Amino acid sequence: MEQYVDALQEIGNIGIGNAATALATFLSTKVRITVPKAVLVPVEDIFQVIGGIENAVAAVLQRVDGDLNGTLLFFFPEANALGLVSHLLGQSPGSMDEIDGMGQSVMKEVGNILTGSFLTAISVMTQLTIIPSVPMFTFDMLGSIISSSLLCTGMLEDQVLLIETELSEEDHLASGEFIFFFNVGSLNTLLASLGLLDNKEEG
Amino acid sequence: MQEIQVGIADYKVGKEPVVLTTLGLGSCVGVALYDPLNKIGGLLHVMLPRMDEYGKEGKPAKFADLGIPVLLKEVLKLGADRRLIQAKIAGGAQMFRGADNRFQLNIGERNVDVVRETLKKLGIRIIAEDVGGNKGRTMSLDTITGVVKLKMLGAQVKEI
Repeated sequence: MEQYVDALQEIGNIGIGNAATALATFLSTKVRITVPKAVLVPVEDIFQVIGGIENAVAAVLQRVDGDLNGTLLFFFPEANALGLVSHLLGQSPGSMDEIDGMGQSVMKEVGNILTGSFLTAISVMTQLTIIPSVPMFTFDMLGSIISSSLLCTGMLEDQVLLIETELSEEDHLASGEFIFFFNVGSLNTLLASLGLLDNKEEG
Repeated sequence: MQEIQVGIADYKVGKEPVVLTTLGLGSCVGVALYDPLNKIGGLLHVMLPRMDEYGKEGKPAKFADLGIPVLLKEVLKLGADRRLIQAKIAGGAQMFRGADNRFQLNIGERNVDVVRETLKKLGIRIIAEDVGGNKGRTMSLDTITGVVKLKMLGAQVKEI
């Protein structure tokens, strides 16, 4: 696995770069991204790797199907989510509990823009068919969101691969974290599509 | 007080004054077993109901039907009395609602069902529970008192 970390980080980098550009255009601001971190994690250690597990976050989640199977999760702190909604709708929802259908829809749309552009970049690079599902929205403790989203999307293996990046936007509206979880089987598909599996022994 | 963290699809056991805590119970279910006389307990974080429905492989602690017997065995190994063991369970929420019908939306409910069924088979009584709803929980078992604390977003800590 270790020898492929660079490749995975690069894939993440290209995906998130495209996503950040799309978001910056949508919000007309500057968006900065960190270098993605790619890791293979035993499922019981996933909370330690991600951190901030009891924090309250707004999250947009999408299942990914096709040649790759996984889950895309974009989450951000309550204050940012509220700021984003009021920026785009022109009125503040007050608190996350009071957020209405319209506010949730805004959040899903932002998630959709990010994940759509992330996946498009990866798909173009690898020539793989990647089909995202309809986005879902929730507001809760990060840990519960992660564990349940893995389950709901059929990530049932003992280990998961994740690519994690932080996004920060000038006005802190859409600053948050972006994680792509995928199963270990998808790793081979991904590496083969890049021609990385041919000349190397199995890791 | 020593606090031990229990990860997803994992379990830990301990003797007083240990506190066992598991974070991020969404549709997952936390199962606490406790012997009030010997003050020995265990906490398990299961993700799925039954192993045979899900590919027949993986670690037992991931599944309700296999994880609970393993937890019981470990608690007994530490010196708990089989006849005194009681259970408290929490979790099994439905976190997501939406249009994607390929999501396994009722997984929380099914987890709770199989947890109940497995405990019943083992002859362990559930003395308290906090299950369902649509919010995630943090669960901890205090081995001094047997009290299980539940933390939910925007709510006061609940003791069961």
